Amino acid sequence: MADPPGAVGRPLPRSGARRLAFGRGTYTDDLRFPGLLHLAFVRSPHAHARIVKINPGPALAAVPGARVFTGADIARVCTPWQGLMDNLPTMVSPPQHAVAVDRAVWQGEPVAAVVAASRAEAEDAAAGVVVEWEPLPAAAVRDRTLDEDAAPVHPELGSNLSYAAAIRAGDAEAALAGAAHVVEGDFSFARHTGVPLEPRAVIADYDPGEGRLTVHGGHQAPWHQQDTLSRHLGIPEHLVRVVTPDIGGGFGIKLHIYGEEIAVSAVSKLLGRPVKYVADRLESFVSDVQARDQRVSARLGVGEDGGIRGLSVDALSSLGAYGSYGRPPINEGMMTITMAGGPYANEHYEGRLRVAFQNKPPSGMYRAVGQPIACAVTEQLLDRAAHAAGIDPVDMRRRNYWTDEACPVRTPGGIGIGRLSLRACLDRLAAMMDYGALRAEQAALRGRGIHRGIGVATFLEMTSIGPERYGPAGARISTQDGATVRLEPSGAVRCVTSVIEIGQGTHSALAQIVADRLGVAPQDVAVVGGDTSLTPHGGGAWASRGLTIGGEAVWRAAQGLRENILELAGSILQADPADLDLAGGAVSDRATGEARIALAEIGRIGHFRHDTLPPGVQPELAVTRHYVPDAVPFALANGVQGSWLEVDPETGEVRLLEHWVVEDCGRIVNPLLVEEQIRGGVVQGIGGALFEECRHDEEGQMLNATFADYLVPMAAEMPDIHVGHVETPLEGTALGTKGAGEAGTVGAPAAVLLAVNDALRPLGAQVDSLPITPESILHALAAGA
Amino acid sequence: MKAPRFSYVRPESLERVLELLAEHGDEARILAGGQSLMPTLNMRLSEPRLLIDINRIDALKGISLEDGTVRVGALARHAELLDSPLVAEHLPLIAAAMPHVAHVAVRNRGTFGGSIALADPAAELPACAVALDAAFVLASLRGRRTVPARSFFHGLYETELAEDELLVEARIPALAAGYRSSFLEFARRHGDFALAGICCHARIDGAVLSDVRLACFGSEDRPRFAGAASAAAEGRAWSGEVKEAVKAALGGDLDPIGNFHASAATRLHLARVLAGRALDRMAAAG
Ligand SMILES: Cc1cc2nc3c(=O)[nH]c(=O)nc-3n(C[C@H](O)[C@H](O)[C@H](O)COP(=O)(O)OP(=O)(O)OC[C@H]3O[C@@H](n4cnc5c(N)ncnc54)[C@H](O)[C@@H]3O)c2cc1C
Repeated sequence: MADPPGAVGRPLPRSGARRLAFGRGTYTDDLRFPGLLHLAFVRSPHAHARIVKINPGPALAAVPGARVFTGADIARVCTPWQGLMDNLPTMVSPPQHAVAVDRAVWQGEPVAAVVAASRAEAEDAAAGVVVEWEPLPAAAVRDRTLDEDAAPVHPELGSNLSYAAAIRAGDAEAALAGAAHVVEGDFSFARHTGVPLEPRAVIADYDPGEGRLTVHGGHQAPWHQQDTLSRHLGIPEHLVRVVTPDIGGGFGIKLHIYGEEIAVSAVSKLLGRPVKYVADRLESFVSDVQARDQRVSARLGVGEDGGIRGLSVDALSSLGAYGSYGRPPINEGMMTITMAGGPYANEHYEGRLRVAFQNKPPSGMYRAVGQPIACAVTEQLLDRAAHAAGIDPVDMRRRNYWTDEACPVRTPGGIGIGRLSLRACLDRLAAMMDYGALRAEQAALRGRGIHRGIGVATFLEMTSIGPERYGPAGARISTQDGATVRLEPSGAVRCVTSVIEIGQGTHSALAQIVADRLGVAPQDVAVVGGDTSLTPHGGGAWASRGLTIGGEAVWRAAQGLRENILELAGSILQADPADLDLAGGAVSDRATGEARIALAEIGRIGHFRHDTLPPGVQPELAVTRHYVPDAVPFALANGVQGSWLEVDPETGEVRLLEHWVVEDCGRIVNPLLVEEQIRGGVVQGIGGALFEECRHDEEGQMLNATFADYLVPMAAEMPDIHVGHVETPLEGTALGTKGAGEAGTVGAPAAVLLAVNDALRPLGAQVDSLPITPESILHALAAGA
Repeated sequence: MKAPRFSYVRPESLERVLELLAEHGDEARILAGGQSLMPTLNMRLSEPRLLIDINRIDALKGISLEDGTVRVGALARHAELLDSPLVAEHLPLIAAAMPHVAHVAVRNRGTFGGSIALADPAAELPACAVALDAAFVLASLRGRRTVPARSFFHGLYETELAEDELLVEARIPALAAGYRSSFLEFARRHGDFALAGICCHARIDGAVLSDVRLACFGSEDRPRFAGAASAAAEGRAWSGEVKEAVKAALGGDLDPIGNFHASAATRLHLARVLAGRALDRMAAAG
């Protein structure tokens, strides 16, 4: 029998996981196309070089039938793009071709596309393409890219500065000068990247008969892809269709427009054949967007009472060789200077940002964009200030949070805060950690030469960003989502959504929302999506927006269908729809709860027995709704994380012992899904804190572009992660959800950094660079001794 | 990441393997567990014409005890070594090292012989073999010879193996009365190649150490027998003073190669810390 209403909030196992466990996942690489050709790229071995000549001769001799397309060949059917935004008139970024034409500006940039009957043959042929290079000096050391004598990444721009911004509120300098304690830090956040299990993959099929392009691929924003393909390949938008099959993770990596994917479509258009490209791991490391990569010097002043007096943050952020196309490319740095200090009451703030080009892969949005940096800087300085003022760090936070009375408030960084639950989260976290006992244990162990540290970090997570930010930027990216919910003749329900499922389980939560509205069991709801030609238009999977925006659209569509069903039932039952309800898979009497007619019956009559209905009744058993997030510019989630770890001062090893998160993502539709997101996010945040780093030499060669050397966090090193919830529903929406996808990643690096420094403090050492390595700890200890 | 074209053959006899090696020399590669070879092919770091799959050769399999010597066949999988009661009892150093070798999936296929023949400088087994004074049996159509572990490893991925030779087995002295072993390594993540590692094997009489054999890995281009550090402990009762002497002497044994994972100085420092701790443990055990 069907479940009662109230499916929202229940910890139901996610539906899609079972299918994947049965081996029935279908990823892009699993798809079969007759006549498929395979494409491999010839990539630049230099971080910066002029392409003198490309000789495909030996390639064609080695693999008869292979075809080689240079950047110029591709450019004949594909126009270049520029990573600029209408509302950032001072930002510069030059045009980028899908495949480099005259100059390659990072090691790994594609310079030719090679097509053959198999991937192995395409690689054989690619190895035979002879490129004559004129190497040019490269700008590849972040902190020197803006020096006078730095090599220019794009000589025509005259400088490596892409963008500069400053935020001022009050008088930070004067406030710092007058503060009782001023603490500082010179932080460095390494360049890293997201590493989804499934690499980027695309199959483009241009049908010359109809002039129609169909692209299958794991993309987080297929409508953005569709728009780009249409405009840059000159194919009318209604003839471009982007299908997303199963996607093995994204983390932002699959959000962007890449030369490779567009070039594959261009080649398909040139050949009139389906063409496939799957990035391998080695090329993912030099072509997926990279992120973080900032140097931040910051100072915080507090009074004797520990109250914040002023904060100053100066960030140098690296873009790589180009700004990402169609999305604000400077966001990593902007998030740093707008979110720094966010949770804490303060009037005097100064944030300065410079964004610089480097001869490295383009930067883009990776889970949590800039917020982990803002969080780590703020929280570390607050810990230092607490120490200077002799105040317990947890107490320090409690004293400084924005009070409920102060909200709503606009922070000096410019973030509108409606309602937060920081104190509740902190109290809950302290209880979960048994904070007092932990401090006592720490002190006792120190006496025995065991160095443990506690880090407690507050985070804000900006989620579900609305039109206020993307509209004025001129981004051709929609911030709304849409859904169609329809009753099938059997009484089962289908939901067609624009939400993109990338492994996070959102579709399963959407089924719960539909079930909740229609009084059916979640397993009686099928959710489908991932085809731009069939589903309503939407934004895609980014900014933790799936449930808050796409879920709200589904809620509204299901609510509309509910009303239509009750109306139809009213005319069948000769009852007033207002007296009817939906529950247990049937239309019931609102007053008595008694079932009057099964949904299956409504479905049957509504589809097949129109002859039995009164004249003029038009059953509408499918309803489409779109939701533009208009209640707030973004949904601000918040929470607190705690880390407990041990540092071995002889080896520099950090052993993570335990991790806690208390988060508030508004109304929870499915706690299991939220906890998966939080835990996964924490693990990725720990990756940034202790392991992950794209290392380049001074010539811009990536040194660790394999999984043997690029260290992702692995299960053996991870602590148990305990998750607690505080629920403050978002106002102005029916569902009340906020995003939860990035919270773990925002706060975990800070919690770990603080805990390491808490352990090191008695030894006179501190580390300010992420990732923290055994070597960096040993160096800090040597310097502090 | 697709391998270039190659031919593949899976002989049924050792004799045939040796014939193929003699015929093809450097153009051929032995395929054992494939855990190191296949990635190098797929990354096109090596382009052999012929792969000779030895997985059908029974003579290369198994672990057995014969007259105080443990024979480990080249095809013994890492997982077999890890689970073997014989290894646990007679080669406790290797038993302690095995959990640090890669991960379950890799251990299920990776072989003892592959690890020795590959001679990765950060691998555990080559260093264990050096500390335990193992000997390797090499075969070719020209005949068989036995090479002591200490002279087998020549440099980065370079060994005493000639182009036409196959590593057949190792002969490792079983733990003798009064001897103990201790193993420690330091890696960024569990299962990674080590930034520093130490194998210790010695006789302990009361607290007095003799026949001390320390071997380091993850420091230089090959496993290094730490002669000076071993000598610093030889014949002495284990103490804080001897520990400092061993650590100091290690500076004479090791000239580590730094890279972005850790500098030479850090690797030497870590090797010293590990050596001290490993000997502490050995002295404390039993
Ligand atoms: C993710 C990962 C992590 C790893 N971590 C570790 C680790 O922590 N420690 C560690 O020690 N190893 C590690 N390894 C390597 C693993 O142990 C390999 O299996 C081993 O080094 C090689 O063994 P194999 O049987 O797979 O050899 P193969 O890959 O088949 O061969 C390796 C080389 O040895 C040659 N060869 C193999 N057998 C013979 C023989 N009998 N005679 C002559 N030549 C031969 C081959 O021709 C080839 O050149 C790791 C591997 C992976 C993939």
